[in-house]
Amino acid sequence: MVAEIKLDPNRVIEDKVVTTTCSYCGVGCNLELHVKDDFIFKVTSPFESPVNKGNLCVKGRFGYDYIYHPKRVTTPLVRRYLLEGKPKPEGREQVFAISMDGKPIPNSQISNDWDWVATDWDTALDITVDNLVRIYQRDGSDAMAVYCCAKATNEDNYLLQKMWRALFRTNNVDHCTRLCHAGSVVALQKAVGSSAMSNTASQVIMNDVFIVTGSNTGENHPIIALQMKEAVQKYGAKMIVVDPRRIDLVDFAELWLPLKPGTNVPVFSAMGHVIVKEELVNWDFVKNRTQGFDEFLESLEKFTPEYAEEISGVPAEDIRKAARMYATAKNGAIYWGMGISQLSHGTASALALIHLAFLTGHIGRDGTGLNPLRGQNNVQGASDMGAMPFHYPGYMRVDNEDNARQWEAAWNIEAGGLSRKLGLTTTEILGHAHEGGVRALYIMGENPMMSEPNLNETRKHMTHLEFLVAQDLFINESGAFADVFLPAASFAEKDGTFTNTDRRVQRVRTALAPRGLARPDWKILCDLATRLEVRIGRGFTSKWDYEAPEEILSEMASVNKDYAGVTYERIEKVGLQYPVPDMDHPGTPTLFKEDFPSGRGKFHALDYVPVMEEADDEYPFILTTGRLLEHWHGGTMTRHSSLNEAYPEARVEMHPADAEMHGITNNMPVRVTSRRGEIVLRCTVTEKTTVGVVFIPWHFHEAAANLLTNDALDPEAKIPEFKACAVQVFPAMENELPNPDVEVRRGRY
Amino acid sequence: MTVTFQMDGKEITVEDGMTLLEAAREQGIDIPTICFHEATKANGLCRICVVEVEGWRLLQPACIVKAAAEMKVQTRSEKVVRARRTILEMLASTMDLSDAPEILTMMDEYGAGADRFPDAERRESEVKDDNPMYIRDYSKCLLCWRCVQVCAEDAQYTYAINFEGRGYETQIGTFFDKSIPETTCVLCGQCVGVCPTGALKPKRQFLLESGMKPEEISVLNTGRKRRKEKTNR
Repeated sequence: MVAEIKLDPNRVIEDKVVTTTCSYCGVGCNLELHVKDDFIFKVTSPFESPVNKGNLCVKGRFGYDYIYHPKRVTTPLVRRYLLEGKPKPEGREQVFAISMDGKPIPNSQISNDWDWVATDWDTALDITVDNLVRIYQRDGSDAMAVYCCAKATNEDNYLLQKMWRALFRTNNVDHCTRLCHAGSVVALQKAVGSSAMSNTASQVIMNDVFIVTGSNTGENHPIIALQMKEAVQKYGAKMIVVDPRRIDLVDFAELWLPLKPGTNVPVFSAMGHVIVKEELVNWDFVKNRTQGFDEFLESLEKFTPEYAEEISGVPAEDIRKAARMYATAKNGAIYWGMGISQLSHGTASALALIHLAFLTGHIGRDGTGLNPLRGQNNVQGASDMGAMPFHYPGYMRVDNEDNARQWEAAWNIEAGGLSRKLGLTTTEILGHAHEGGVRALYIMGENPMMSEPNLNETRKHMTHLEFLVAQDLFINESGAFADVFLPAASFAEKDGTFTNTDRRVQRVRTALAPRGLARPDWKILCDLATRLEVRIGRGFTSKWDYEAPEEILSEMASVNKDYAGVTYERIEKVGLQYPVPDMDHPGTPTLFKEDFPSGRGKFHALDYVPVMEEADDEYPFILTTGRLLEHWHGGTMTRHSSLNEAYPEARVEMHPADAEMHGITNNMPVRVTSRRGEIVLRCTVTEKTTVGVVFIPWHFHEAAANLLTNDALDPEAKIPEFKACAVQVFPAMENELPNPDVEVRRGRY
Repeated sequence: MTVTFQMDGKEITVEDGMTLLEAAREQGIDIPTICFHEATKANGLCRICVVEVEGWRLLQPACIVKAAAEMKVQTRSEKVVRARRTILEMLASTMDLSDAPEILTMMDEYGAGADRFPDAERRESEVKDDNPMYIRDYSKCLLCWRCVQVCAEDAQYTYAINFEGRGYETQIGTFFDKSIPETTCVLCGQCVGVCPTGALKPKRQFLLESGMKPEEISVLNTGRKRRKEKTNR
């Protein structure tokens, strides 16, 4: 008889393992949620996943516990004044009036009329319908606006934009893509007629030379960064990083061009200049696939590398090297992020990159391409679903009669019923929040009070709204202004699809019952739309009684041809990359193989326009904002998670040379001021940033970077200039810090 | 290019460059593995996958040795079975296998006894709970090296952990024995994902197994006070 070892009796055995798609970034990692008694205790990833090959980042593997956070709101809430039918009290401010455990409490600081009162769904929805319809019937379509949500599913977003367009007849529909890749989207639409990543992230190992610019991929798309590192270390690819910060990818790069924020156009145009002057142009490609070259060539003349060096601070010789490397590569590719698009000339920045691909023909083949790395898990999908003021689902312009007719037929509404007028963009919607402008705003899962530039201004606009609905998991900085709060289900509590950055449509699956009374977004929207339709009473009936999200997707796919062949059955195991024009089509990993959607690719003559606010004596630093590995955007999810323990405080990064000149040392509290606001936070003195540039992540409400940022907009894309504004930095006192007792001690920073 | 060789008396043809383990799996022949993982480079550390090759003096790790023409391989000869049993018995004598059901099943299959080496010194160490995401219980570590590999070139390129100590004292650790947050660790948990014995475990799973209720675990990260205690430690 051999002695036996017993298994530990305390081992947790899962009731079920649910495969789903991560709800953080655009990579779209495949997850397996291990659930015991409705509690997710572990997350793994299948090693055979084509997207992430079993690898995850800290957010995907550990950052789901916000689902169980006691502050999560799981019952509908309305303000007391609404419930008691009183007039709206004066002086709307940010009013949380809710306790740590999520239960409403009276708050002596505020008028009792503003208290949140827990209620049932019928009451909350009826109050919402009453107020939306009242405002709509009084002020018309232009008074209504909605923020869709790049975190929610395709189905949720499709429904929400349908609801606003079909019922309120307005195109005031937008979401955070406006604050993210709007510059890239507009540039790509102008140049090639399509606005998604042209190739697949996993093709990075096929690149010989690739440029990463304006993207801190290691922190913001960690799994794509792994593939980039693998491409360099195992496949001999050469990486060129063009970024004002010495991000971790620089350790793996052949060349790092540390440009000043907002000088992309001269740097990349100078690369184009070198490619032309040194006769490295792919003439076949330019002649056969593009147009507008001659005019472009003229505009390129002045962008000598020396001129670019003067503006950007990047040595001319490095610009030449980079240009030669990229142009002479067999397979060259460009990956970019917000550093390109979040500028008042974001469209021009992205065009400068697109020109490089045109000049060299590094597009339309596997392992090449123009690859904007989309931020949110479903920002690609939300854009595809028409959650934008200029487009119906499938990027069909709203001011095109044929398009409108198609959707009128699909939604069963009278001919000419849909608005042909372009709607307002995200930032414009709040800018129009005044008498005679936007009166009612519906926010699904967004947090403009963190994500908009110049938050002091945003705050004013929020108080000017007449009626605000927030549909979310937590009362965040924006929800605190709301009149009605509708508790939604998290990604683990609903079914649907997300479309990731490389256009892969993947399933999201229910692993848990929604907490408390929370409901999946699509169910809330169906319920709300049904009531709205009855109340508005046009006599037409669009479909709102969907049995399952799959039905919503197939309605959308019946008009949006990119998704025509996407069904839940086909993406059960592995997602499909759209365009999927029919049921037998295997998906499209690489776009533009034959031609561009607009026929020929179009060059655009560019000029250098400086950022709106340059450093001066009064504000001598350029502030650039960005994100951290451990946090997500406005922090609604990650600040309510153990991720917050890993990185609990905001910090500003400053170069040692600047720090010495200003008498600032590492860990010292500092006050950062701009023409628009000020915040106090700790300073990290590090060579990760360059001289004259300070960096602040924008996740932290207690030191919100967006109090400082400039709300100047790109004239075409309407994207704000988050990446550059002038600030001053002074030493501050320990007791001025919002949380003096919290400090990050992390080895990797 | 293909090679033809014999495995368990059967003539088989596989692609050139295939390991014996891959060839066996293609044939449906079961060779047990512990340290081997498809996503990491094979190292032949645990030796549980050894096979006997006719004419070769020593048993060969199937996860590394490539199939070659004319080879005659026995995957379950008496010598092989005895070696595997001994390996399992040595593992059982030095480490805590109570969280490794696959290995316990293997012990059953090979008739390995937990008390074969009663005098062996067990490797024991305290549970390391130094970060919000995962715990490290090296009493359960069999030194398969997968965690080190995925932290380095097999996935993450972060290089936060490595072997420390020599010989019997060898353990997985951080440089200068720093706590995880103070290293280059990005808390991705790739290491947790490949640990075969429960030595690395998500913090929440660990808390659940130590008897906490989900509701209790969910309030852990909500109070600033607790956070302060942690950061000051």
